[in-house]
Amino acid sequence: MFILKNAGRMGLELYLDLLSQPCRAVYIFAKKNNIPFEFKHVELFKGQHCRGEFGKMNILKKVPALKDGVLTLAESTAILLYLSWKYNTPDHWYPSDTQKRAQVDEYLSWHHTNIRGNAGKALWIKVLIPLFTGQTLPPEKLQEVMDELAISLKQFEEKFLQDKPFIVGSEISLADLMAIVELMQPIGVGCDIFEDRPKLSEWRNQVEEAVGKELFQEAHELILNIKELSNIQIDPQLKEHLAPVLRKMMK
Amino acid sequence: MVVELYLDLLSQPCRALFIFAKKNNIPFEFKHVELLKGQHLSEEFGKVNVLKKVPALKDGAFTLAESIAILLYLSRKFNTPDHWYPSDLQKRARVDEYLSWQHTTIREKGCQIFIIKVLVPLLIGQPFSPEKLEEAVKELNSVLNQFEEKFLQNKPFIVGNEISLADLMAIVELMEPVGCGCDIFENRPKLVEWRSRVEEAVGKELFQQAHEILLNAKNLSTTQLPPELRESMKRLLKP
Repeated sequence: MFILKNAGRMGLELYLDLLSQPCRAVYIFAKKNNIPFEFKHVELFKGQHCRGEFGKMNILKKVPALKDGVLTLAESTAILLYLSWKYNTPDHWYPSDTQKRAQVDEYLSWHHTNIRGNAGKALWIKVLIPLFTGQTLPPEKLQEVMDELAISLKQFEEKFLQDKPFIVGSEISLADLMAIVELMQPIGVGCDIFEDRPKLSEWRNQVEEAVGKELFQEAHELILNIKELSNIQIDPQLKEHLAPVLRKMMK
Repeated sequence: MVVELYLDLLSQPCRALFIFAKKNNIPFEFKHVELLKGQHLSEEFGKVNVLKKVPALKDGAFTLAESIAILLYLSRKFNTPDHWYPSDLQKRARVDEYLSWQHTTIREKGCQIFIIKVLVPLLIGQPFSPEKLEEAVKELNSVLNQFEEKFLQNKPFIVGNEISLADLMAIVELMEPVGCGCDIFENRPKLVEWRSRVEEAVGKELFQQAHEILLNAKNLSTTQLPPELRESMKRLLKP
């Protein structure tokens, strides 16, 4: 349990759980750009996002969240953009060139209902649903989810990546960052979506290098070791809170 | 060379673009892509947007998909008034926050209602499923509660005292269920008031013009939809 610091402390606070893809994007971005922040750990498995001080601060009850003085902000895209402007990060993250910027916006928008919608489901099916409900789902369910992800990945390669090293031009941007953290999620549960996709694999290597391998590994340590969490105690309130979501996913 | 906007005003994000461009006197060529004729699935349109969705923009050799990207591009290129996407960092962050959140909430749930009540029946020639509609309305109500509690609160607009891209994207989405006879504004006086303010800020005439096709949804037909495209569209819908 964490305690919300009083208003006397005015530094930037980032509320994160590195199990969450958008949290990793925010973490990597802040670290890479040497943005000073206080890491406020909101443990999803303990249901800390659902209640208490965090629940009051961010009524959407989701991570990541930012607190900067009196400003509280949800939604990773909004947080990343805010940090990029406030801390004047290098241009390539969100280019000032109107057309390049538009291409980053285009990816960030499409991402929500395509890559983000689909990449996380493998973790739910293989680990989280069994953990929360004690039930395992039939293999067809996983196949269904991976087939849908495959469609998104095809569009990703054809429309957004094409033959370029990064989504927008020759340097990493917020678009690549948001994409890579999502695509690492299925890796954590043994669904290697980079296998048989050489172009995607190459892009991944380039992104890792641009981020810095050490930082990339650090950010992904939790998700890549998710199987070790199979014995974790799930907060009962969290189970209740998630019950409708779980039911829907299991249909 | 004038900007080309590929639109069908049945689509919520297309309406947002149409209203934004007209309101700001941005010269553009309206390229009608009729969804119910399957025109968005054509090879020709695929050259403008390989994702085969509207809206899309063509500005010389530059093509762009995704309404939010297009709105931001136009706001920058044509230097539109600050309130649409404020230069104040905190206000801007609030607009970004809404625009990000809405994809999987207001937009998704609003679309579902239209798909279930209007589109699927049109495509498969059978009446809509009341159970599915009820479920969709329930989900939309849940996100509307979040919209009122978190984004609107007691403010005149989502961000401060003037209309922004956030309000614009929200209103066009919330009109979609209205267009199919689900009055989601009923019993939500705060939302009704916000809607009136947004309509006024946009201009009632322009607002009506943008919503005319939707508000006459009962006149819609898919008789001009080629059979092979009907199958493609059914597959894409996944109600």
